[in-house]
Amino acid sequence: MTKVKSLADLKKMKETLQAKIDLREKGEAAENLVQIKVAMATCGIASGAKNVMDFLLEELEKRGINAVVTQTGCMGYCYAEPTIEVKLPNADPVVFGYVDTKKADEIIERYIKNGELVDGIIPVNYESIDNK
Amino acid sequence: MKDLSLHILDIVQNSVVANAKVIQITLDINTTNDYIELAVSDNGKGMDKDFLQRVVDPFTTTRTTRKVGLGIPLLKQNAELTGGTFSIDSEPGVGTALKARFVRSHIDCLPLGDIGGTIALLMCSYPEIEFTVKTVVNSHEFLVSTSELREALEGLPLNDPSVYPVVKEYINSNLDELQITNLG
Repeated sequence: MTKVKSLADLKKMKETLQAKIDLREKGEAAENLVQIKVAMATCGIASGAKNVMDFLLEELEKRGINAVVTQTGCMGYCYAEPTIEVKLPNADPVVFGYVDTKKADEIIERYIKNGELVDGIIPVNYESIDNK
Repeated sequence: MKDLSLHILDIVQNSVVANAKVIQITLDINTTNDYIELAVSDNGKGMDKDFLQRVVDPFTTTRTTRKVGLGIPLLKQNAELTGGTFSIDSEPGVGTALKARFVRSHIDCLPLGDIGGTIALLMCSYPEIEFTVKTVVNSHEFLVSTSELREALEGLPLNDPSVYPVVKEYINSNLDELQITNLG
């Protein structure tokens, strides 16, 4: 790839990017995508959430998985940072704790690709009858 | 925080949460006068005098998920640890501006870290916010803004996963030009 150095270079990249985006958008509607939220408040950032987010952005693209990766605030699991929330299409969101790049790799390969549960899930509180 | 770029990422979240539409970040690195100065200003909802006074206190936060807010106190501590200074100013309804100054040669001064990646990540994560980021290294400067990226990419969504690596490369190659990496 040629180096992108000026705004003109950026403009030249536009068509390649557009093609990639079209391909993705034709594929699925937003609710059919894998949605990942990386907790990025002070606690997350200090524990290395940025590396994890970079890794996810890069690897999902490389491995051809249609996913949206976004940042979110603190989910209250500061002790288990970096945490990520993964929502597979038609499934409840699952929060993983202590996610480093190795764990993130495992989550992509096993949970996102095959739907197998992996270690490190933070259980959500039970819904009580009152809340139903 | 392990490096300055993480502080930037962290401190800008405050502006995002304050509903800022315009955020300006200036990173000024000066080897002759031996300082690094980080300035962030936004047009978010601002803070009143009372809250502003308490904001450097680690037990002040607007969150409800936990009782501590460490972003600002940690930045202040790291700046002052090097013999530098920290200041924050805010007006409700107008916005907030903060400045952290580090003494570069001090042994406790943080490394810069992945500045380019952080800027790209912020701009691509919050495409609706107008960022203007200025990096100055000894009076050579590089300026990047959301509006010019938007113009160059002609309406492509900035938050698309395939756009981020390109924006990151654009910013990084310009920062290389400033020889920012050689400064550590």
